[in-house]
Amino acid sequence: MEQNITEKIISAHAGKDVRAGDVVFVDVDWALVQDGTGPLTMDVINEMDKGVDMPSKKCIFLDHASPSSKFELSDSHNKLRENADKYGMDLNEVGYGICHQVMAEEKVSPGQLVVGADSHTCTAGAFGAFASGFGSTDIAVAMATGQIWIKVPSAIKVELTGKFTGTASAKDFILYLIGKLSAMGATYKTLEFTGEGVRNLSMESRLTICNMVIEAGAKNGIMEADDKTAEYIKHERPQQKKDYKIYKSDAGAEYEKELTINLSEITPQAALPHSVDNVKPVSEIDKKIDIDQAFIGTCTGGRMEDLRAAAEVVKGRKIKKGVRLIVTPASARIYKRAMKEGLLEIFMSAGAVIGTPGCGPCVGIQGGILGTGEKCVSTANRNFKGRMGCSDSYIYLASPATVAASALEGNITAAGEEK
Amino acid sequence: MKNELKGKVHRFGDNISTDLICPGKYFHLRSNIPELAKHTLEDADKDFIKKMEPGDFVVAAENFGCGSSREHAPIIIKESGVSAILAKSFARIFFRNAINIGLPVMECDTDNLSEGDELLIKPAEGLIKNITSGEEIKAAPLMAEMLDILNAGGLKEYVMKNK
Repeated sequence: MEQNITEKIISAHAGKDVRAGDVVFVDVDWALVQDGTGPLTMDVINEMDKGVDMPSKKCIFLDHASPSSKFELSDSHNKLRENADKYGMDLNEVGYGICHQVMAEEKVSPGQLVVGADSHTCTAGAFGAFASGFGSTDIAVAMATGQIWIKVPSAIKVELTGKFTGTASAKDFILYLIGKLSAMGATYKTLEFTGEGVRNLSMESRLTICNMVIEAGAKNGIMEADDKTAEYIKHERPQQKKDYKIYKSDAGAEYEKELTINLSEITPQAALPHSVDNVKPVSEIDKKIDIDQAFIGTCTGGRMEDLRAAAEVVKGRKIKKGVRLIVTPASARIYKRAMKEGLLEIFMSAGAVIGTPGCGPCVGIQGGILGTGEKCVSTANRNFKGRMGCSDSYIYLASPATVAASALEGNITAAGEEK
Repeated sequence: MKNELKGKVHRFGDNISTDLICPGKYFHLRSNIPELAKHTLEDADKDFIKKMEPGDFVVAAENFGCGSSREHAPIIIKESGVSAILAKSFARIFFRNAINIGLPVMECDTDNLSEGDELLIKPAEGLIKNITSGEEIKAAPLMAEMLDILNAGGLKEYVMKNK
């Protein structure tokens, strides 16, 4: 039977051959919750009273309110700490990093099956793993029993050719793709990225792309593992043995739809309020849209190459008076590397504020909440109305280079176009 | 799950995100569901909670519940007294979460359902009767696994009984 990579990984975890449309119980390699979804998961685990299966591979991240901004959230953190202790689960403290980044740095290997009570769990598909987001109760069942039920998704194949030119990056590509597919263009489906264009992408770029597949509604995004995947794992985890299994799609695997995109044709893109698929080339955006805040961070745009691209733009310059630039590294590991490389120095000299590793203002909880009528250009993944604070505020999504250039200009500007 | 549901339509459009249903600014209330439920759908229709009566229906167009995985979104819709959600399509995680907490979600053509219409719904059979207009609509059938979970009252209850 000819299968695509997603069908193969699900088959291996179901103990039988599956294809798109089948409903099966699968064994999970990793399950995660964060501080927004985790307290409810713990209630369900405790009520079911079945304990926790392989607790060291069940991860709790205190990343959304990092550090806590309200006493109620501090209480939620303590509840998660107590349950981690009770069951021996893997606890990742405030400031350690965003769950998806820490999963990439320390945990996920090719061929694994990863589930999480966070919609951006799909990020880990960049390793050639099956990774998908679920709700608190589904993850409670996965944590207690080691299994979850899934319907095997049908797949859309996205063949990538070429490589980026100029200041275009992974974020511009995925925004462009979501604009093309629409916010529901891949609902229930796999977005499988293949081709020489993928091989040209760094692991960090692959993480950015897989992170945002949910914004087209997809169940998972996936890219076959290769030498770059192995190098990344070796670099981040020198102790890990190379004993993981690499799956590849069969030549005759079935796809519901196939499209080809040449990365060299991608230009800087932005998603305008209030929908991620409301995408336009930055060159077509009205320059009169003055911004109040520029945010570089999150599980989409807070990695080393993002910070390097932004630092390159702001180096030796000052952000526009009246604009706030907030830079929040995605993890403590990235924070330390950025410090060592002098990137934080560059940002602070330009007038930026450095935030604690975590989700920051992306989810409207802490670290840069938007006020009435305010506009923000952000490297994050969502621009839904009210997401970053006041329901009367406006979020524009763009690449790190574009956000940095916009902070210098005070309006949305692609890097290289600033004065 | 009740065999028959009766109530009025509250209309919403496309792409109602979990941020509109359950805004992040109330993140700290997630451990206090009754309080959080006072803000249900607030950023989509600030008067929704004032207008709705127990048993009523949330009716939307495409991609209802897109965005985050927060199960609090369907939880507060259920807590506020809504008995079912009808939409032309749902975002995947929201759909699953609603079933898992025992809230019927029905995928159907909602074009002819208007604000205030009175409906009689048989969720297990996927039947929707618009009492106001006399029209009948058929919803896409739920998978057997999902009906079992709804009938048990939710996934937790289902797992406690069956696994």
